[in-house]
Amino acid sequence: MGTGGIAAGGSEVMDSFKKQLRSKGIKADIKKHCSIHRVGCRGLCAKDVLVDIILNNVKTTYQFIKPYMVKRIIEDHILNGNPVEEWAVTEDYHQFLNKQIKVVLSDCGNIDPEDIDSYLNVGGYDALKQVVSTMSPKDTIEIIKKSGLRGRGGAGFPTGLKWEICSKETSSQKYIICNADEGDPGAFMDRSVIEGNPHAVIEGMIIGAYSVGADKGYVYIRAEYPLAVERLKKALNQARQNKFLGKNILGKKFDFDIKIKLGAGAFVCGEETGLIASIEGQRGMPRAKPPFPVYKGLWGKPTVINNVETLANVPYIIRNGAEWYSSFGTEKSKGTKVFALTGKIKNSGLIEVPMGIPLREIIYDIGGGIENNRAFKAVQTGGPSGGCIPADLLDIKVDYESLAQVGSIVGSGGMVVLDENDCMVNIAKFFLQFTQAESCGKCIPCRIGTKRLLEILERITGGKGREGDIELLEDLANDVKATSLCGLGQTAPNPILSTIRYFRDEYEAHITKKKCPAGVCKDLLSYIIIAELCKGCGACKRVCPSGAVSGEKKKVHKIDPDLCVKCGACFEACKFKSIGKG
Amino acid sequence: MEKTLEKLYVDYENNEGNIISLLQDIQNEFGYIPEDAVNWFSVKLDIPASRFFGIVTFYAQFHLAPRGKNIITTCCGTACHVKGSERLLNGLVKELNLQDGESTTSDREFTLEKVNCVGACSIAPVVIINKKIHSKVSADNLMKEIRKLKDKEVEK
Repeated sequence: MGTGGIAAGGSEVMDSFKKQLRSKGIKADIKKHCSIHRVGCRGLCAKDVLVDIILNNVKTTYQFIKPYMVKRIIEDHILNGNPVEEWAVTEDYHQFLNKQIKVVLSDCGNIDPEDIDSYLNVGGYDALKQVVSTMSPKDTIEIIKKSGLRGRGGAGFPTGLKWEICSKETSSQKYIICNADEGDPGAFMDRSVIEGNPHAVIEGMIIGAYSVGADKGYVYIRAEYPLAVERLKKALNQARQNKFLGKNILGKKFDFDIKIKLGAGAFVCGEETGLIASIEGQRGMPRAKPPFPVYKGLWGKPTVINNVETLANVPYIIRNGAEWYSSFGTEKSKGTKVFALTGKIKNSGLIEVPMGIPLREIIYDIGGGIENNRAFKAVQTGGPSGGCIPADLLDIKVDYESLAQVGSIVGSGGMVVLDENDCMVNIAKFFLQFTQAESCGKCIPCRIGTKRLLEILERITGGKGREGDIELLEDLANDVKATSLCGLGQTAPNPILSTIRYFRDEYEAHITKKKCPAGVCKDLLSYIIIAELCKGCGACKRVCPSGAVSGEKKKVHKIDPDLCVKCGACFEACKFKSIGKG
Repeated sequence: MEKTLEKLYVDYENNEGNIISLLQDIQNEFGYIPEDAVNWFSVKLDIPASRFFGIVTFYAQFHLAPRGKNIITTCCGTACHVKGSERLLNGLVKELNLQDGESTTSDREFTLEKVNCVGACSIAPVVIINKKIHSKVSADNLMKEIRKLKDKEVEK
């Protein structure tokens, strides 16, 4: 039960199980006989609520479970041993899992995130015990270096190297910060990891602190993730009770504790110097680097900042060894990466794959292809700092280097799939609206540059595009990239540049023909009813928010262009494809 | 108000003197950041009010005006965007009869807000009504929910 499962009714289903099991006289809370567990997100959010029944060591997984279905599952399956076949997961559930390799997510969805014993039972905190009792900080860093782990927040800086630099700084005070300010729209792996396995992140942080010599840690987490915050708080308390945090950890001369800092809603605070300013209680404006935070970070002291997913990898690397981890992935991008696969895809959810997997396998094998069997157009990776990858590049490998080569980035791991009904100019405009609003305003190229870029895009999508606008966009985009102070401005133009690179014809259609080929840009389209196809079912009339559709039952309907607000509701409601875009 | 502020002052002293945490506490107490509260702390802590306002206006989370009884938050992340969140937003503006740029209805029953991403992208589009996440929202269902809330108010 992550945020997704709860929204789909996970709590209600669980309550229903508890209630009905009790009424049947089965003691659900006694672990020896039968137990109910709450687990974190297990990835396939599209099929929520998922329920596992483990009977005599045989696991059956059910999908789309609603409270009313609980009774039959209990009676047929649990009491009489006959699984309810028609509700069980189908082939595509297994296909979704087949090509995945789970490291960070290996325990997510299996353990109870609110119970430390559940994590301890699967080897949790063994890595920490091993590190503090048998290894020096230097050995620990060496393992992380050898594993090839790179920062999973976006930039991909080698984690071991970062720790090493910080460990060599001499200072009476050092900090380690976990960056859980997952601001990229379309990414939710950090939320899911904290909701599903908070102790792995905490354990990774403690090992990091031991390695670099930090005695204070902060988790900077978005306030928009209330469930993650709550579970993290619980987990921290449990870790303290078990002496994994606090003074003399595990009886050794090693003190470390972690505080939670709630973000206040600013995307730029994901940038490390902005994040530091925010923890210090100031406006979260980035500053020039160098000096890098490993030398001068929080309150001017050496500070390591790692992303949630990066830290959650650490305990598994220590437990299984550097060779094991680096056996996954490619030469330069080792290990696995978690992606949030969303948009117009059948199996949307959270996936973990080895670096270097072909994009096509993610989209078609794991993702199950495009929703409603429409044509694939592009996949947007890396959020507002990333780019789009078109259909003819589907065979590229997904790793840091390959994606950079085609003008995109791995980023934090968002993958939004777009189909033929998505307008690429509109997508570029969407991201620029975002970066422009989130620009902190400190440096001029970003503050004014993104504004001007957005204005040009608005002009183009509004039907007022001019000859030369594409070249102007390219020019300005490159200037903003080259001269902005921080990562936000340096990458903000990427969505524009990559959509121009692969979908220039769409820009041209907007500017010269004043048409939006995908039929998205409102000012460039009108909705009409194709008389030959209309059955007069009235579906469009019912959904129209502005009363623009008229017509009698079973007769051809009409749209009044003066009343139409071009929302597209009728287009989606029509089952006979009789709404056309003109 | 004075009493509450005194209490917050004590928390502030214990909390490494962090202005952002202080403002978060103020907002938790009052539902928004009242100007009087800022001025009170400005005098008490000898920090210019401009520094407070600089922070308040920097972060999206802070509100300088009172908000409605019901808070509706539309997610405008990428996945929600391609799944039609803009249409939901336009529908809400119309249903709540919000004038240009307003976010709270004149009777202070409803506040409509946007959020960049709530990280529930696989169940997009997402709308949060009074802290409860609604997934795969359609314009139809959403308006029904809003009307239910409106009827509740009328009953009272």
